[in-house]
Amino acid sequence: MIQLENISKTFRVARREAGLKAAAKALFRKEYTEIKALQNLSFTIGDGEMVGYIGPNGAGKSSTIKIMSGVMTPDSGSCVINGHVPWKERKEHVREIGVVFGQRSQLWWDVPVIDSFELLRDIYRVEQQAYGRNLRELTELLDLGDIVRTPVRQLSLGQRMRCEIAASLLHDPEILFLDEPTIGLDAVSKIAVRDFIRTVNREKGTTVILTTHDMQDIEALTERILLIGKGQILLDGSLSALKSRYSTKRTLTVDYDGNALGEAEHITVLQDHCGHAKLLIDTAEISVSQAIAAISAQAEIRDLSVTGESVEETVVSLYQEFAI
Amino acid sequence: MKLYVRYLSMLLKSQLQYRASFFMTAAGQFLVSFTAFLGVYFLFSRFHSVEGFSFPEVLICFSVMLTSFSVTECFARGFDAFPKLIRSGELDRILVRPKGVIFQVLTSQMEFTRIGRFLQAVLMLGYAVPNCGVVWTADKILTVVLMIIGGIAVFTSLFVLYAGISFFTIEGLEFMNIFTDGSREFGKYPLSVYGETVLKFFTYVIPTALVQYYPLLYLVGRSDDRRLMLLPLIGFVFFLPCYGFFRYGLRSYRSAGS
Repeated sequence: MIQLENISKTFRVARREAGLKAAAKALFRKEYTEIKALQNLSFTIGDGEMVGYIGPNGAGKSSTIKIMSGVMTPDSGSCVINGHVPWKERKEHVREIGVVFGQRSQLWWDVPVIDSFELLRDIYRVEQQAYGRNLRELTELLDLGDIVRTPVRQLSLGQRMRCEIAASLLHDPEILFLDEPTIGLDAVSKIAVRDFIRTVNREKGTTVILTTHDMQDIEALTERILLIGKGQILLDGSLSALKSRYSTKRTLTVDYDGNALGEAEHITVLQDHCGHAKLLIDTAEISVSQAIAAISAQAEIRDLSVTGESVEETVVSLYQEFAI
Repeated sequence: MKLYVRYLSMLLKSQLQYRASFFMTAAGQFLVSFTAFLGVYFLFSRFHSVEGFSFPEVLICFSVMLTSFSVTECFARGFDAFPKLIRSGELDRILVRPKGVIFQVLTSQMEFTRIGRFLQAVLMLGYAVPNCGVVWTADKILTVVLMIIGGIAVFTSLFVLYAGISFFTIEGLEFMNIFTDGSREFGKYPLSVYGETVLKFFTYVIPTALVQYYPLLYLVGRSDDRRLMLLPLIGFVFFLPCYGFFRYGLRSYRSAGS
């Protein structure tokens, strides 16, 4: 159980003008600007939930993760995770969580992966039996086979990320924080990683909190979305509700015989070239069947497909709506 | 402790992955210290004594400092390289692991190539011990041991202080080298040769003289005061304020978070 209440955090950032003169001045007197990274942030995440934590760069995602993982102390507010206050009972707290920072490694660079795993076993004091069982499971699910005998520096990014995730699960954490786990991965690795995260969540009941810019991750993994912007939670809801709320737009792709399509009410022509057209409609104004009727009145339709807005576009319109 | 040994063997394995580089760096370390030794040697071939200290006596002083420094550089390297730990985000990783921060910084890096410098120090000590005219009774041996241990304590404290400062500024760190590398370089000769002010500074501000100059006086028989041989233990007391400052820096890092 993760409970955050009214968490606020303000940073002081040193500012200085460009140029040598300003740099010299800054040596003696620094000017600071205050940045409100988080403002009265509150949310609750239950055991076994899988939550996508999204927001544009600089919205406060990493600050929240840092607070929840005990790295950072907030200015005010309370945060209780499984009965611990992360920054006060750091060691007790971090024993129960796993953290994957997508862009930083937790493995030792020059030695085979298995050596890192064994060191982590000793750091977290994992029982030999539990360690053996976890290692077998993880090796099988993530297809680590021979990889674990290879030094980390010789692994591909996808292989490394699989090892990173395995490393963060060796001690059976109750909560797993994933900070951009699929960044830079190819399609196959992405899918493997997603499948695995889903399996862990379902079978072990691990709570997963995922930050990402990859909307396919969100779509594939999470039921619940927390949207943060300018340090505040703007939206907390299920992905499907979000989609139906924001994606009333449909794109019609039409192949037709006859003259170029003329303008019709509530139909925007995006492209029209040699009997191939892309049209945009808003289902709040005109239904799909009405639109088709309007088109077939003008031309003979040979082929037609209807596509909805992608999650990506939904999120963009969300950002636009909240002006973040 | 078992975990420390595990870290140690892991880091050793890592460094031996680059064998040629390892041996060349170690040899380089040896040569650098050797030229420093030559400097002292040539000086003495002209002057025979400095402030009344003979060549082997100065060598004892030099080798003790060098031993302490090379041991510290090997095992407390994590604090010496601490700014990098902050910049790379490695410190955040340390904070999400259920072990003490000091322990994890110590085990984040070890520089085994300092064996080169260490070897040079041991050779010098090996030459100076039989040649300095000291009658090696048990308490004199203990004095040398205390000097080395105290030296390690002082240098480690300085490294921890350096790490503490790097929480606040990266640019201003160079001046700290006056105290760390400075102590080592000044430490070649008994600190009294630099005059009253320097000696006072290294007694009351940075307690290098407590592990070097004063016990040396007792060691070579210039003073009969047995209390001098216990002075290096004060080096351990120096650790406390440095550690306190480091904790203070860590607290402000965790509230500034960047």
